[in-house]
Amino acid sequence: MQHLWLIPLLPLAGFLINGLIGKRLPNFPVSVIAVASVALSFGWVLKTLSALGPLETAHVEHYYTWFQSGTLNVGVDLAVDRLTAVMLLVVTGVGLLIHIYAIGYMAHEGGYYRFFSYMNLFMFFMLTLVLGANFLLMFVGWEGVGLCSYLLIGFYTLKKSAGDAAKKAFIVNRIGDFGFSLAMFLVVVNFGSLDFQKVFDAVRPMPVEQSAGLLTAIALLFFVGATGKSAQVPLYVWLPDAMEGPTPVSALIHAATMVTAGVYMTARASVIFERSPMAMDVVAVVGVVTAAMAATIGITQFDIKKVFAYSTVSQLGYMFIACGAGAFSAGIYHLVTHAFFKALLFLGAGSVIHALGGEQDLRHMGGLMKKIPITFGVLACAWLAISGVPGFSGFYSKDEILMAAHHSSPWIYWVGVVTAGMTAFYVSRAMFLCFFGSYRGHHHPHESPFVMWGPLGVLAVLSVIGGWCFNVPHYLAPMFPLAEGAHDETLVYISVAFGLGGIALAFLMYVVSPGIPDVIANALGPIYRLVYHKYLVDELYGAVIVSPLVNGSRALLWRFMDAGLIDGIVNGTATMSRTVGGVLRLFQSGSIRSYAAWVTVGCVVLLMVLGVMAGGVQ
Amino acid sequence: MDAILFLLFAAIAVACGINLVVQTHPISSALSLIGVMASLAVLYLLLGAEFMAAAQMIVYAGAIMVLFVFTIMLLNAGAEQRKGKSIIAKVLGVPALIAFLGLVSFLIQSLLPRSEEVKFGAFTGGTAQAIGKKLFTEYLLPFEVTSVLILVAILGAVVLARKEI
Amino acid sequence: MPTSVPLNWYLILSAILFGLGIAGFVFRRNIITVFMSIELMLNAVNLSFISFSYQLRHVDGHIFSFFVMVVAAAEAAVGLAIILTVFKNRATLAIDDVSSMKN
Repeated sequence: MQHLWLIPLLPLAGFLINGLIGKRLPNFPVSVIAVASVALSFGWVLKTLSALGPLETAHVEHYYTWFQSGTLNVGVDLAVDRLTAVMLLVVTGVGLLIHIYAIGYMAHEGGYYRFFSYMNLFMFFMLTLVLGANFLLMFVGWEGVGLCSYLLIGFYTLKKSAGDAAKKAFIVNRIGDFGFSLAMFLVVVNFGSLDFQKVFDAVRPMPVEQSAGLLTAIALLFFVGATGKSAQVPLYVWLPDAMEGPTPVSALIHAATMVTAGVYMTARASVIFERSPMAMDVVAVVGVVTAAMAATIGITQFDIKKVFAYSTVSQLGYMFIACGAGAFSAGIYHLVTHAFFKALLFLGAGSVIHALGGEQDLRHMGGLMKKIPITFGVLACAWLAISGVPGFSGFYSKDEILMAAHHSSPWIYWVGVVTAGMTAFYVSRAMFLCFFGSYRGHHHPHESPFVMWGPLGVLAVLSVIGGWCFNVPHYLAPMFPLAEGAHDETLVYISVAFGLGGIALAFLMYVVSPGIPDVIANALGPIYRLVYHKYLVDELYGAVIVSPLVNGSRALLWRFMDAGLIDGIVNGTATMSRTVGGVLRLFQSGSIRSYAAWVTVGCVVLLMVLGVMAGGVQ
Repeated sequence: MDAILFLLFAAIAVACGINLVVQTHPISSALSLIGVMASLAVLYLLLGAEFMAAAQMIVYAGAIMVLFVFTIMLLNAGAEQRKGKSIIAKVLGVPALIAFLGLVSFLIQSLLPRSEEVKFGAFTGGTAQAIGKKLFTEYLLPFEVTSVLILVAILGAVVLARKEI
Repeated sequence: MPTSVPLNWYLILSAILFGLGIAGFVFRRNIITVFMSIELMLNAVNLSFISFSYQLRHVDGHIFSFFVMVVAAAEAAVGLAIILTVFKNRATLAIDDVSSMKN
């Protein structure tokens, strides 16, 4: 017994304390409680993992039976295997750093206790998701992180756009969750259990499905859930809008942890996916389409957080390419390094925004390298990491993915490489616009406090060394065998060349001769505008799905059902009582003599009844 | 002889009852009520209830009615004004009353089709002795409770009739 | 001319007196007369009690009407005290004017 339950329950305790009495506490104890609960959780993870040792097999702890229905038996079981161990370290480690960062970032915002209690609640659900030993417990965490995402996107309750973005995220995720639920139903019906171990043991002997079958259906439905949570085509639209939330939220939930839940889930269910080549193809294609599409949009955006949001979507696409190519460990590898550098990018962006007093538009930045050097330094690490510069963490994981992609189907590799070039380009573009050239804003920039750049420094170190320091595929080899086949040096050179080329192109366009981008944008006219407006996907969804629903609801459900039928019944009841009462109140004249007369009439009626009955008896 | 006595005093009772309702002046009504009570006392005697007949005369016609007459005198109550406020009472009252009488008579006739003839002296259980025995043995508790009731009534009357309330 | 009357006649007489009591209660406005009508109704009921007692050859009916008489006495004492108070406060005996229950 390693008391795994402590890992999620410590943040829950933090949530309860801050949520219940945080309003009456000053900021300092609130942050201490929030950070300490996550730090203790992180410490407990480390202690547990060191105690469990190499973790060749999964360590499962059963606490109690949640419910039992027929042969279905669902317990509150937590499990740790190597995959979970990686996720636990990422979630609690990066989560801890972001919590510390948030102390500084949120210091001047209202609702301090609310923010930290939601963050702790998120940690609880995320850890439940990762630790759950059956699909249902995973789903509990899955839904819980969705809820916290909703709460934190809409954290600035007075901003309408924040509320709208929160609702959008929640509703879009519902579609994915529906797929997840359907997949679970199929699993229960066909395997009679939701425990990972039992289900996967039942699946392993099954043959690989050459045409669509049961496992394909289950895998695709799980993948629908993953597209919702991990922002893949066609359900990615909520993630860019989710940047309405505070920046630490973007870093923690919408970059490092929650959005990777879909990748984790796919890797967890890898046994099912591997037996359905068709589902794998779908995953890979969706991943590559998402990666390329989001990268193109990222090139055109001017909001620094939007750029990084599309970058996140794009990088998540990479992870799914890896999963679709069968290299689940590469996907998780990229998940880990991405958690480092993307959290760093967001937190660094937050530091820039903080320094500029809330300015997010890249056009109003520039020349900040000298003014906020620490922020620039740490952001540069993330920049080089995501661009795939050799030696930095992103290089290793992206390399693994592209190698696997080339192994399964070369065209995905080529699209991936081009996307990598675009990734390098748009991140470099953001960096150059932000830190190079001359300052175009008005606010006086100031460097962030230590409590903010301290975590940034740690993340910067991780972004640099995370690649070769944590060899995730090697660690996960017992679960996901390493890809066979020679390591083709040429492919590595090509992808590095694309990455460096992207940086160089951005340097040329935004530092050397800043006039070029406008010329290109004008030359490409309609195409540029289409991309700038995000391929009009939101408008398309609005026209095809949202407005028919809204209009139908308005006409049928509201006007007819609610206003007509239900209100009619309610009002009719009231009117009837009123009419009857209006007649009855005439009896209440207040005159005793008329009451006496009525009593007499009542007596007469009773006597009549009595007479009839007496007559009946005789 | 029994029949004559019954018819005579029944007629007096009904006549006095009608007079009670018809007279406008309360003192006339009160005197009519005394007449009703007196004739009822005779009928009680015919039914063999000699103690009750005596009590009727002493308690009802004596004590209670004296109280009424005192009150009428004290308040100097005159004839009531005729101004109809309650139409419902008139509209409903008369037919309801006639229906009531008819129904009760019908029920009495139909439920007791062969009731016995009343003969004076046929029942002698209504003596003071018989009633006293019953009251102080079987009905002792209710009897004692009535004494409490009367005490409460006296207190209530005293409180209500005080000068300022 | 019959020498005696059936018991039914006593009961019918009781009903007639009761009906007269109702009539007084419903039609009269003077509060004292209304009160006397109530006494008349009590008397009518007493008559039927004693009649039934005769029929059953049992003295319980007498006891019952004895209690009715006691209650009537108590009621008269309290009721007349109330009438006095009402008259003192409102200077009226018309029952229709004492209608504060209405509002």
